[in-house]
Amino acid sequence: MIATVFLYIFSVILIASAAMVVSARNPVHSVLFLILSFFNAAALFVIAGAEFLAMVLVIVYVGAVAVLFLFVVMMLDVNFAELRGGFQRYLPIGAAVGAVLFVELAALYLGWTITPTAATLRLSPAPPIGNTQALGNILYTDYIFLFQAAGLVLLVAMIGAIVLTLRDRKTSRHQNIARQTARTVAETLEMVDISVGVGIKDLGIYRPKLPPPEPEPEHADGDHGHGAHHAPEIR
Amino acid sequence: MGTMAVGLGHYLVVSAILLVLGVFGIFLNRKNVIVILMSIELILLAVNLNLVAFSAALGDLAGQIMAMFVLTVAAAEAAIGLAIVLIYFRNRGSIQVEDVTLMKG
Repeated sequence: MIATVFLYIFSVILIASAAMVVSARNPVHSVLFLILSFFNAAALFVIAGAEFLAMVLVIVYVGAVAVLFLFVVMMLDVNFAELRGGFQRYLPIGAAVGAVLFVELAALYLGWTITPTAATLRLSPAPPIGNTQALGNILYTDYIFLFQAAGLVLLVAMIGAIVLTLRDRKTSRHQNIARQTARTVAETLEMVDISVGVGIKDLGIYRPKLPPPEPEPEHADGDHGHGAHHAPEIR
Repeated sequence: MGTMAVGLGHYLVVSAILLVLGVFGIFLNRKNVIVILMSIELILLAVNLNLVAFSAALGDLAGQIMAMFVLTVAAAEAAIGLAIVLIYFRNRGSIQVEDVTLMKG
């Protein structure tokens, strides 16, 4: 009884926040409502008895995916008001498609029953142990290939995201492996005879070695200061 | 059969509404690709809700394993999608979906 009451409360908040996700003016608000809907979905998972998935939903979705969305929304300097342009134009067709989909789902729901032999058709019957332990028992045995495939999907996603967004700037420093392996002792080491009682400063040895002086800028010789580099010189 | 405190029907209705809202959101925010990605997340959340509800109602843990797989794919999809949005914004200075016509002859 109490579970049903809480189910209704969480469901109403979930649906309301999902509606706000798709209709909020500010995308930051959309992301925040998405986080709220994830929390409420996690609560529904708990009511259904799937505690492990509920925690995974909170940790992975709220902790990683929603924060990723938040980063991107705040990082992009986009005029979001401009993106709202076709809101009224797309409202009727969106509502029509949504209504058709909902009617189809309702029809499916009304004319549908669970087969009486469902109990014998179960792939992995839930044992009377904790949800997390039961999931772990079958995840690493019966579904090990699925588990590995999930890891592969995440690996591909990680490499893909890095490859897509990596910017090769001219100023960024790279490891030059050929130069690194071709280094010889003569380039890096210098043997100096030091007489007794003489300091390093007296010998003129600085460590580390000073870098070669920067090439002088061309227009640094005149006395016309630092402004007007691009202006043509009139003499 | 299962050990569910509440009926399966409630979950199915909630997830159906959630799925419809996600599809509606894709149509409504045709221009804003970030909100489209969020709508896809909502749709996948509805799928997960369905999987978990049936898993609990039938007492079969396979549904929850599948829900975990869906979660993984959704996380990967969000990461790749946002990376694509980022490089698109870097190249074009906007994220208008209707501007994506470079490949058109």
